[in-house]
Amino acid sequence: MAGLSTSKEYENPFKRNWVSTGIWALVGVYLVYSFNAMGLTWDRFSQGLGHADKLLGRMFPPNFDRWELLLSGLAESLEIAVIASVSGIVLSLFFGLFAARNLMPNWVSVPMRGFIALCRTFHPVIIAILFVKSVGFGALAGILTLIVASIGFIAKLFAEAIEEISLKQVEAIRATGAGFVSVILFSVMPQVFSRFIGFSVYQLDSNLRNSTMVGIVGAGGLGGTLFSAFQRFDYDFVAAILITIIALIMLGEFLSNIVRNIFR
Amino acid sequence: MNTMNHQWQRFTLKQKLSRYAVYLVLIMAMVQSIQSVEVIPEFFFDAPEQMADMFSRMWPIDFAYYPVTVHDAMIETLNIATLGTLVTLIFALPLALMNASNIVASPWVHWIARFFLVSSRSVNSLVWALLFVSIFGPGVIAGVLAIAFRSVGFVGKLLGEAIEEVNMGPIEALRATGASWMSVLLKGYWPQILPAFFSIVLFRWDINVRESAVLGLVGAGGIGVVLSDSMNLFEWQRVAVALLSIFAVVIVAEIIVVNIRKRLI
Repeated sequence: MAGLSTSKEYENPFKRNWVSTGIWALVGVYLVYSFNAMGLTWDRFSQGLGHADKLLGRMFPPNFDRWELLLSGLAESLEIAVIASVSGIVLSLFFGLFAARNLMPNWVSVPMRGFIALCRTFHPVIIAILFVKSVGFGALAGILTLIVASIGFIAKLFAEAIEEISLKQVEAIRATGAGFVSVILFSVMPQVFSRFIGFSVYQLDSNLRNSTMVGIVGAGGLGGTLFSAFQRFDYDFVAAILITIIALIMLGEFLSNIVRNIFR
Repeated sequence: MNTMNHQWQRFTLKQKLSRYAVYLVLIMAMVQSIQSVEVIPEFFFDAPEQMADMFSRMWPIDFAYYPVTVHDAMIETLNIATLGTLVTLIFALPLALMNASNIVASPWVHWIARFFLVSSRSVNSLVWALLFVSIFGPGVIAGVLAIAFRSVGFVGKLLGEAIEEVNMGPIEALRATGASWMSVLLKGYWPQILPAFFSIVLFRWDINVRESAVLGLVGAGGIGVVLSDSMNLFEWQRVAVALLSIFAVVIVAEIIVVNIRKRLI
């Protein structure tokens, strides 16, 4: 029965991976440390769960009585999202071009890349706070915030997309004696435009989400309505606003899928 | 002869029309929004001056304030981000398994999983934080849960996609040996999604570090509390310290994550 004899030369294919075991052990140690460091106890958690019960009880049924307020906040959120997305997309088109290292000299691309990185680093809420302090409460601060956020996302990815293009077509167009603008329009843009649309649609979606949030720090839109409802403990109105936001975002995802299919 | 005169076109008529329709809708929405949005033009033209004024108040930066409060708050922020990312996994792993069509075949389960994933992503982390602050009171626990609930959608969706992309060969081999359901998961699927798993979790951690820095604005702990306190007191030089330390931590976190991910993939 030679075929069935088990030789000890085979190593166990399912042997323990010490690296990943170590990582999990570290995670365990970290858990114990952080629970101690932050003073999290089960008591506090279970106490909170009682409150959660009460809160949910007060949130239902959602109260749509003040739908006019809701609608005006929603309209402002939409306006912020649209204006910020369109301006952000147009600006990113240029900023992305200027930040591409294979088209631009270093003295243009390096400062531009730095600027884009700066736009990306801070969370939109922090940028919103700074804008609220400098241009006052209202939709303008929200618009400026989301423009900055859009530049940080679209321009960065667009610049990277341009850096990956094939230079053969650029050379071919140049060889015909085309000027700089023609080179960009007829050799660079056809290669990257569909990806640019993809980034833009994604950012439109994410601007829609963020436009309902910047209001929390006073930058206009539905977030402001939500925050004041929270502060007045109108939890049934809060529930109504949250349902509206989720519906809006699902609608946004549906629409952006359609746009993506059109531009595929 | 027809082929000689044929004019080549990149897009069909329908494609062109639908594209123009999208542009048209976008321009109409833009015009409509600009007309109805309430923006005071004076504020807009005044903005550069006001910005310059704000930044001039931030100078000189009050670095002496860093060891007093900012450092502890920064550690707390990092803890919120890390713990939130770990708590996410408790919810995200089952939802990812439910969302992967090669593990669960029932469309009903997919819909349930997708519902949770989408609602987690639709509600912003600040809104989650507001909810949890009103449940658990101001503090770290609200922050951790806000980060965790917000991240479920992201981690669950990407993890589910990673599970769907595994090579089914080893899984069939394991099933053929009579391995139990759990063993197939642990020894068949898990090793294959391991690199994707760590890269998704690290990526989310990087995002969470940014997000946890602002949660304090609604009272959920971390550096945001320091930021909003100093801002309410108009201590702009302290605001500058807080902003600078957030900037530094975010950059360092991104560098760490990029380097680890490079080795993983």
